[in-house]
Amino acid sequence: MAKPTEVEIGEQKAPVIAPGHTFASITDKIASIVLRRPITNGWLFGFAICFLILQWFLLAVCWLFYKGVGVWGVNIPVGWGFAIVNFVWWIGIGHAGTLISAILLLLRQSWRNSINRFAEAMTLFAVACAGMFPLLHLGRPWLFYWLFPYPNTMTYWPQFRSPLVWDVFAVSTYLTISLVFWFIGLIPDLASLRDQTTNKAIKFVYGLLAMGWRNSVRHWHRYETAYLLLAGLATPLVLSVHTVVSFDFSIGIVPGWHTTIFPPYFVAGAIYSGFAMVLVLAIPIRRFYDIKDFITDRHLENAAMVMLATGWIVAYGYAIEAFVNWYGGDPYENFLRWNRLHGPYAFWYYALLLTNIVVPQVLWVRRIRTSPLWLFLVSLDVLVGMWLERFIIVVVSLTRDFVPSSFGQYYPTWNDWSILVGTLGFFAACMFLFLRLLPAVSISELKTLIPQAEVTVKHEEEVHS
Amino acid sequence: MKDPLIYGMMAEFDNVNDAIIAARRTYAAGYRKIDAYAPFPVEELSEAIGFHGNGVALVCLIGGLLGCTAAFTLQWWINNVSYPINIGGRPLNSWPSFIIVTFEMTILFSGLSAVFGMLTLNGLPMPYHPVFNVPRFELASKDRFFIVIFASDKNYDGIRTRQFLEGLNPISVAEVPS
Repeated sequence: MAKPTEVEIGEQKAPVIAPGHTFASITDKIASIVLRRPITNGWLFGFAICFLILQWFLLAVCWLFYKGVGVWGVNIPVGWGFAIVNFVWWIGIGHAGTLISAILLLLRQSWRNSINRFAEAMTLFAVACAGMFPLLHLGRPWLFYWLFPYPNTMTYWPQFRSPLVWDVFAVSTYLTISLVFWFIGLIPDLASLRDQTTNKAIKFVYGLLAMGWRNSVRHWHRYETAYLLLAGLATPLVLSVHTVVSFDFSIGIVPGWHTTIFPPYFVAGAIYSGFAMVLVLAIPIRRFYDIKDFITDRHLENAAMVMLATGWIVAYGYAIEAFVNWYGGDPYENFLRWNRLHGPYAFWYYALLLTNIVVPQVLWVRRIRTSPLWLFLVSLDVLVGMWLERFIIVVVSLTRDFVPSSFGQYYPTWNDWSILVGTLGFFAACMFLFLRLLPAVSISELKTLIPQAEVTVKHEEEVHS
Repeated sequence: MKDPLIYGMMAEFDNVNDAIIAARRTYAAGYRKIDAYAPFPVEELSEAIGFHGNGVALVCLIGGLLGCTAAFTLQWWINNVSYPINIGGRPLNSWPSFIIVTFEMTILFSGLSAVFGMLTLNGLPMPYHPVFNVPRFELASKDRFFIVIFASDKNYDGIRTRQFLEGLNPISVAEVPS
């Protein structure tokens, strides 16, 4: 675990945790959100709306299964459409959670201790949303297990040279590792909730989930090793996942896809949209649950700076893409560049440049980086922008590939839109339940940040002398 | 002398430094079957009770090597033995295309080994444990630090151990019923 941080670093920056907190006040504040806070009308209203959207999603999925993927706008030449756009968008959003929980842990950025828990939950739900799209796209989703290598009567095996099979392994590994990382992070806090509550039934449930965790320092020692190892494993994993997602495109020969810039530019874009989602969630959570002591302006500003940096990597990706299209001299690639700027989807390409590159530049201004409202709006803008980016990559390239006779247009249907909006409802409903049922901020990790956690005793020899 | 109804003696501390000093004295006094409890990880405290290395990293390494070998062997076997397809004379063992799945399976196996290895070495899940019999022990997950000397320790003596722990400047000392 990182060393206890200075409560204030520099004069200008807001603290990572508000001064005056003790071990007990941290436990009480976070546990009371789950255990003692009554269900408010605001929570109920928000959850009800998301739940209704989720029901609409289920209806749309039932209709999809009943009629087949023909209810979507996908058709030759655009065989991928919204399903893949949404898949890449959602999985990218998930990446910020792993970045916060794993990479920032390894870099000893202890400010992440107060946002990692809900960022990990965000990862989990976002990957669940992402994982639905390839399954819904299968046409016969009940045969999804054909994707895995198992001995079968057809004596066939998955094609391990295909990026689509790599994707299955990358995404399922990512989901599993994110789940166990999140869960073992929760174990000590579940034990805290078990010890805090007086209600027998609630105590039983949290006690069951905490598996008898008793805060023994031997257990903590092994726990810390396992946590650090998982962080070390999740770091290359998260980079590999979006790299493999970009291979889905870049291994193909379609103009605009067959490019080596894709892996780094996809990873940067993923973190860009992920931090936008972190802010979209953190800003209302800290307001409505009154935990500005733990998720401070410092966190918002740091997240904004990560967005600014990754936004520029994405901008560099766009520039290099266009440059290589021209410099490579391939007529189809050149046509793609022209088509993006002047073709039928030119409006959306300009909208992409505006939302993803122009608007986020306001984050250079410190007043905007520390203003929750502005940050919220910029984050929404980036989320739209990153969705448009994947739309441009998938649709513009497929509608105009090599032979003009195979050119086409793509028109999403009501079912496409319902499923996109439906996954948003699913995601938000899961977040609402998570906030209500589990500690949204890590109790034990937050305790390491306050001055009382600092070990000041001398070395062993001096004690015994 | 040993009472089968007694599991050990527990001392409570309200700050981390007192707990570390007390743990070191306990260890120095010759007690070996001891444990300490803290609401967050404190490396110095686990070292003070004489707990240094742990096997989680080794389990993780073994799991990772297993996942790596299994994944590559499976792909090699599928493409060379079980279902070889000759496409334009391309090599059957096209190992660069197998690297990604091998990598992912290495991560998956080592990650799961680290988690389940940690839980197994910790003896979890263990819903019941005698230390929970002390009502104040609930504070171990909140803001208190505890040291327990188990009755199975050869130096354990109901009266002398209690006196020893009381000399460490604790907030309270309690007998842990088993």
